[in-house]
Amino acid sequence: MARRPGTGYLGVVVRRGSTRGLDWRLGPAESGLLGHLAYSQRLTVRSRTERNWLGPSPSWAPQADLFSPRSSHSGGKLTLLCDAKTDGSFLVHHFLSFYLKANCKVCFVALIQSFSHYSIVGQKLGVSLTMARERGQLVFLEGLKSAVDVVFQAQKEPHPLQFLREANAGNLKPLFEFVREALKPIDSGEARWTYPVLLVDDLSVLLSLGMGAVAVLDFIHYCRATVCWELKGNMVVLVHDSGDAEDEENDILLNGLSHQSHLILRAEGLATGFCRDVHGQLRILWRRPSQPTVHRDQSFTYQYKIQDKSVSFFAKGMSPAVL
Amino acid sequence: MAAAATCGSVAASTGSAVATASKNNVTSFQRRGRRASGTNDSGPRLVSITGTRPSVRNGQLLVSTGLPALDQLLGGGLAVGTVLLIEEDKYNIYSPLLFKYFLAEGIVNGHTLLVASAKEDPANILQELPAPLLDDKCKKEFDEDVYNHKTPESNIKMKIAWRYQLLPKMEQIGPVSSSRFGHYYDASKRMPQELIEASNWHGFFLPEKISSTLKVEPCSLTPGYTKLLQFIQNIIYEEGFDGSNPQKKQRNILRIGIQNLGSPLWGDDICCAENGGNSHSLTKFLYVLRGLLRTSLSACIITMPTHLIQNKAIIARVTTLSDIVVGLESFIGSERETNPLYKDYHGLIHIRQIPRLNNLICDESDVKDLAFKLKRKLFTIEMCWPPHYSWIHPANYLLRALILLFPLPRTMQIKITTIMSYPSNWCIF
Repeated sequence: MARRPGTGYLGVVVRRGSTRGLDWRLGPAESGLLGHLAYSQRLTVRSRTERNWLGPSPSWAPQADLFSPRSSHSGGKLTLLCDAKTDGSFLVHHFLSFYLKANCKVCFVALIQSFSHYSIVGQKLGVSLTMARERGQLVFLEGLKSAVDVVFQAQKEPHPLQFLREANAGNLKPLFEFVREALKPIDSGEARWTYPVLLVDDLSVLLSLGMGAVAVLDFIHYCRATVCWELKGNMVVLVHDSGDAEDEENDILLNGLSHQSHLILRAEGLATGFCRDVHGQLRILWRRPSQPTVHRDQSFTYQYKIQDKSVSFFAKGMSPAVL
Repeated sequence: MAAAATCGSVAASTGSAVATASKNNVTSFQRRGRRASGTNDSGPRLVSITGTRPSVRNGQLLVSTGLPALDQLLGGGLAVGTVLLIEEDKYNIYSPLLFKYFLAEGIVNGHTLLVASAKEDPANILQELPAPLLDDKCKKEFDEDVYNHKTPESNIKMKIAWRYQLLPKMEQIGPVSSSRFGHYYDASKRMPQELIEASNWHGFFLPEKISSTLKVEPCSLTPGYTKLLQFIQNIIYEEGFDGSNPQKKQRNILRIGIQNLGSPLWGDDICCAENGGNSHSLTKFLYVLRGLLRTSLSACIITMPTHLIQNKAIIARVTTLSDIVVGLESFIGSERETNPLYKDYHGLIHIRQIPRLNNLICDESDVKDLAFKLKRKLFTIEMCWPPHYSWIHPANYLLRALILLFPLPRTMQIKITTIMSYPSNWCIF
């Protein structure tokens, strides 16, 4: 089905009469499913006459106004990325490339991997992180490198990862100050970037580094107040779900963030184990929809397969390898 | 703001070893660049380091773990700048072997070694390294060894599960020359003394270092971990593994081996108490170590007694902070020792995690049920029956034979697979 220019749509390609289900690519920002979830002001869901493979559900039609362009971008959204028994980092790469292409000012707190890792994957997805950093669109905090600096050399000025030097668990105030400094709007008059975005790769690492769950929740709360409410930007954070490992601190953090977030994307491994053709399952849960008529949280589940430069989604059991 | 300067601009502050690394671009995650042979390049080429090769998938520089079979399962080898965590088997019999294979591979390739242990003197560990199989005169003994241990069933062509015959073997056995990637070692012989003496190695033996007066930075780590981190950082900086010494023409790899990390001998109590006072010490150590490795040309192997750790949450966090996690489960003392399915093997090997470096996907092996055995000379890894598999329904054979003889339309094939309940990785349709 051809995409008409000018209207964004959910990227659902319904091939009538075929047994293939939904098949959309996580490629360019405009047609990506997740892109639309975040960039809600540009969306227009197709009218109710379009047949949806998932079946005509009565609750789907009224929620067509969920992403109507009339609802202004009032306040930012917090998106929670969660992975259980699998690696959800492909979601982080997607959001990073998406927001950079959408001309947003991005502050990326990358605690788990080095800059070159994100840069090389970003090149595959079509963005150049080095160029974005040079022109000031991307502020990148490389956690690994900064940790080595902080631990081995005494810093004169407060460092965002100052808590690594302290014996008992402090708070993440220096990190918050860093984020606020990075995303504050420049008073030069011209608005170069659309709106600010904070991306945090792996909040669970902060728990491993000695911070308590409450300190991390406080940090997220402060960031939400500044980034989402004051600066009208978006936030995307990744937390691991430890599952049956009984990590109480992680569970507190995950539950607390699930309660606060607008959108939860949960990447899970398949319950039946490893499969070469289906890498996992993605559960999408919209919370806090903007329209008051909607009283129920929406949830969808899709299975996915990650390829070299994209991710393909399909309905459960509809993997091309099986059909 | 200092933080913004550190991460924002490319021009890093002077005097920091790590900053010069980024200036010289010596991070290990670098694509193999093609340089003209005639140019006088001041920076030595990463490809020309002995014992390394670029990964097929993304050009990542790889080193061998000392076991070619394990290299194959890990997607070619251990990436430079990453950590290989080995979860020790219950009686710590086979994990020291993997540790020694890693170090022996370093000596054969001429890499610098850094051996850290709280239990054994590193000099003693190096004395016990296995000897490499390099010469052709060993080839004859080698072939006899393989022949004697060949079971009679392996000669029979598979009739029903014929597709498994087409699968490549786990490894190609044979003695190799010293310039190849990945060597074979004879576990029954010791490494020749002259090879050990010719190598450049540094030892960290905790009881000696803990009493010496090294300047310790204030941190909430256990003193043992702090001293080890200081030691590693000193070696990396002084010998130029992080690019801080650009005059050095010949680049080399630093192989770090840390034995029994997390055990009480290191001063850590995670193996003794469930919620000890130092519960973040180990994870903090792993994080800073990861930072050190990512900015230098080094690879690290860590053996850890995870079966002793009381708090399961720590194991999950340790797994997240390591890159490759391999678990060993030996059959000694367990009921599987008498299981006829496992009579040829000594234990199971679980590849729990493989990293996705510079990529959205990783090279995961399709086979998840692997067992290892230690023959007289070789440590081999082979595919085996999955642990929960005790009996195969005879109808499986009949159905598979029928399907191979009479190919069915695809929709019907799906129905058949759902009736039979066997693990998904055995699905050959």
